[in-house]
Amino acid sequence: MKNKFIYLAILAAGFASCEPEFENEVNAEYSAGDADFSSYVAIGNSLTAGYMDGTVSRVSQSYSYPSLLARQFALVGGGEFTQPSYADDVNNLGGLMLGGIPIGGTRLVIDASQGRPEPIAGTSTIEVSNPQATAYNNMGVPGAKSFHLLSNTYGDVAGVMPGYANPYFVRHAITASSTVLGDAMTKNPTFFTNWIGANDVLSYATGGGALPDNPLTPSVDESLLPTPAADHNATGNLDPSTYGGNDITNANVYASVYSTIINTLTMNGAKGVVATVPSVTSIPYFTTVPYNPLSPTALGGSANINALNAQLYGPLNQIFSAFGEPNRVKLLSATAANPILIYDADAADRSAQITAVLTPTLGAPTATAFGMVFGKARQATRDDLVVLRASGVIGTPNASSPSTLININGVSYPMANKWVLTTTEQLKVSNATASYNSSIRSIAASKGLAVADMNAIMNQLVGALRVETGQVYTANYFSGAATEGVVLFSLDGVHPNARGYAVITNEIIKVINRHYNANLPLHNPSYFPGINIVGSN
Amino acid sequence: MRKLLSLTLLALAGSTAFAGGYRVSIQGQKQLAMGHTGVAVVNSAEVAFFNPAGMAFLDKKFNLSVGVSGLFAETKFQNSQYNWEASTQNVGTPFNIYATYRLNDWFTAGLAVYTPYGSSVEWDQDWEGAHLVNNIDLKAIFFQPSISVRVGEHFSFGGGPILAMGGVNFNRNLATNPLLSVDGQPADVTLDAQGINAWGYTAGIMFNPTDKLRLGMNYRSEIIMEARGGDANFNDIPDFASTDPRFQDQKFDADLPLPAEFTVGLSYQVTDKWMLAFDYNRAMWSVYEALTVNFENGTSSVNPRNYQNSSTYRVGTQYKANDKFTFRAGWYFDESPVQDGYFAPETPRNDSMGYTGGLTYQLNGKLGIDFSFLYLHFDEVDNSYNHYSENGNIQPFGGTYKSSVFSPGIGITYGF
Repeated sequence: MKNKFIYLAILAAGFASCEPEFENEVNAEYSAGDADFSSYVAIGNSLTAGYMDGTVSRVSQSYSYPSLLARQFALVGGGEFTQPSYADDVNNLGGLMLGGIPIGGTRLVIDASQGRPEPIAGTSTIEVSNPQATAYNNMGVPGAKSFHLLSNTYGDVAGVMPGYANPYFVRHAITASSTVLGDAMTKNPTFFTNWIGANDVLSYATGGGALPDNPLTPSVDESLLPTPAADHNATGNLDPSTYGGNDITNANVYASVYSTIINTLTMNGAKGVVATVPSVTSIPYFTTVPYNPLSPTALGGSANINALNAQLYGPLNQIFSAFGEPNRVKLLSATAANPILIYDADAADRSAQITAVLTPTLGAPTATAFGMVFGKARQATRDDLVVLRASGVIGTPNASSPSTLININGVSYPMANKWVLTTTEQLKVSNATASYNSSIRSIAASKGLAVADMNAIMNQLVGALRVETGQVYTANYFSGAATEGVVLFSLDGVHPNARGYAVITNEIIKVINRHYNANLPLHNPSYFPGINIVGSN
Repeated sequence: MRKLLSLTLLALAGSTAFAGGYRVSIQGQKQLAMGHTGVAVVNSAEVAFFNPAGMAFLDKKFNLSVGVSGLFAETKFQNSQYNWEASTQNVGTPFNIYATYRLNDWFTAGLAVYTPYGSSVEWDQDWEGAHLVNNIDLKAIFFQPSISVRVGEHFSFGGGPILAMGGVNFNRNLATNPLLSVDGQPADVTLDAQGINAWGYTAGIMFNPTDKLRLGMNYRSEIIMEARGGDANFNDIPDFASTDPRFQDQKFDADLPLPAEFTVGLSYQVTDKWMLAFDYNRAMWSVYEALTVNFENGTSSVNPRNYQNSSTYRVGTQYKANDKFTFRAGWYFDESPVQDGYFAPETPRNDSMGYTGGLTYQLNGKLGIDFSFLYLHFDEVDNSYNHYSENGNIQPFGGTYKSSVFSPGIGITYGF
């Protein structure tokens, strides 16, 4: 009898321990393929640093695409992956301080009580002048252009205000004369990603082709001056140390710098992925604000429209028509949306003619002032890209206007160059981008490196990008709760949100899997945050 | 049919998840050991559950069977596309009490109390499938007074009402999107409905054309578990959504159909010592098209289930070695009512095969001790639930599931 119980107990124990087992455990097939991820280093700019919502914060950095990649690399022999310390960003506000003075805003959030994006309340605790003097696996430096990676003044805190150094790199440069690439090489990379070049055109584009504001001359806002930023493919200037902040890098300079970077990264046999420069015209920063936001209501109704047509649009139309440009400024419609009035640096200058026509009625001084204001004015067309931040400027009074009669931005006063990327400017950007990408491809091919075509990916976003799960994502700027879950861009309109970085990571993983015969799992973007919303701010 | 409840109550959940729990039939140690056959087996008071008609054929005037099992269920989940792994281990203790009393030559009364739905599923909180289910705990007790009437030597009929008393507690996250979270804690909802009572009935006939052959047929009615005024409690709702009427703690109503089940079977006494039994169950699961949860604020959540009628094929045998020992074994094949694309982690249930065994040790003429075990084998399955949506986008959730269930049980049989 007793034996019976014992047998039964053994039987029970046997079955209880027989837990379900898979034929193949989840990680059975994961493999690094031909790649060696033991020391992975990421080179790049803000897109590599985990920049989103207008800044890098402690949390945003945790969603950088290199850190998401490294999580998967860790499954197949990837080593430790370090990123610049944001431990000082205690409250996850982002922003930047230099000597206690803010030089970068806190991260953008949606304030639900106001229904709009705002920098989150609070003061940044990220101090640029506390050097970490450490090389990290993530060497993405927000704002870096291609040639910055080779600059030995880029990490010098003294160069932050003059603009030749980068506050983000200053924070972790090993020495004041370190280069980004040099610091990266101290990690002895066995595998790298290199996504550099977007800023070589992007700052020009986001700046609307205008100059950047120089912080050393606080009394003057250079970005509002008529002088445009330079396209060094046109100037032929090959010395990047002389480039302005918003200038387009000469494609030969880019190719030369890119070669140096890749030759350096691969000199010890490292493999890697290079990413192409995305098409900037697909990002919400340029696609959110329409060229024709001026509804009849916004213009104050038909009485106002008639007055504007009689006093301003009619005369301008007559003058431009007289010089063969009848469509440059047309009468405002009282029934349909109207385009904004813009300053086009590349337009034919009619200031003298305008002055001449207006002098008899307005007198010489006023007519001259009007001529100055409208000499390069035109109405925007559907091919112009109005930058995101212009939305807060259109329809507001312009302080530098010579007369309150013509002081409404975009209506009676042309929007400054910086607010619009005209077709001419877009062409400079796209030509430069194409040149860069062709350099990237040929240099990558010469080294047998994998290429992640971010240009193609971003272009898909303009329509709709369908990912593995069947989920469809778009490049729409955040437009409320209904779209929150399908938005891949952060509130700055330029950088992805965490979910967007997950999608980018997946595209790079697919490239690695294909090119290096690896098998790495993807991230599911649905589980990554999109837009940050707070109840009140 | 016990499976029904677990499957349906889950649904209560209100999410896009579908119902769950294990469809494990453990309603008697002797019959479980025989593959849970029993519609045409007259062994003990357990027949009060399997086919009340059979109570009239019990030899003894009074019969009592009491049993309890330890139910150990484990499911593993993985998804190699995203490197996901999760598992759930759960323990349940289904029990049963059956008593019959022969009032006269042709009339027998009985009472059956059993717990057809006592299982639970508990994944790691905030695991990848948390938007479908974090955990569910389902309990139900059935009370079934019955009568059995014998008509002549060969035929009987019987049946009785069923009072089902149950409750369910279910928790899931509101979304995969971390937007709905507070300090990294995803927003979730707990649906709790207790004290749900519902009525149904069971009825059966038994026919013994020869000394050796019994035929049985049993029908258990559909039972609609109507949860009224359950509590929906929301946790970790971020401040921007805190005034959203959808996320206020409130009451909810939901109807849970427990489908009808029809069983036919036979048993054959091959020799004095050796018996074979076969049962066929058909569960009318197609009634469960969707789970609809109506919230107090006027919104409702409609969650497709699309269950299909399913069959279970059972075979069992019993060998009475001597006065002291009787040995039993059985096997069954249990079709899942869950269809491809509707496979959710509350009921990670594909088709399964049950292997059963057991024995009775008869202490004396009145008292015996019953032992049983059940091992339920599930093949590894790749499947997904494709009817959850967020932001208007269908968001499938799936991977590879592998389950197993083991359940040892013990009981006593007493009669005179």
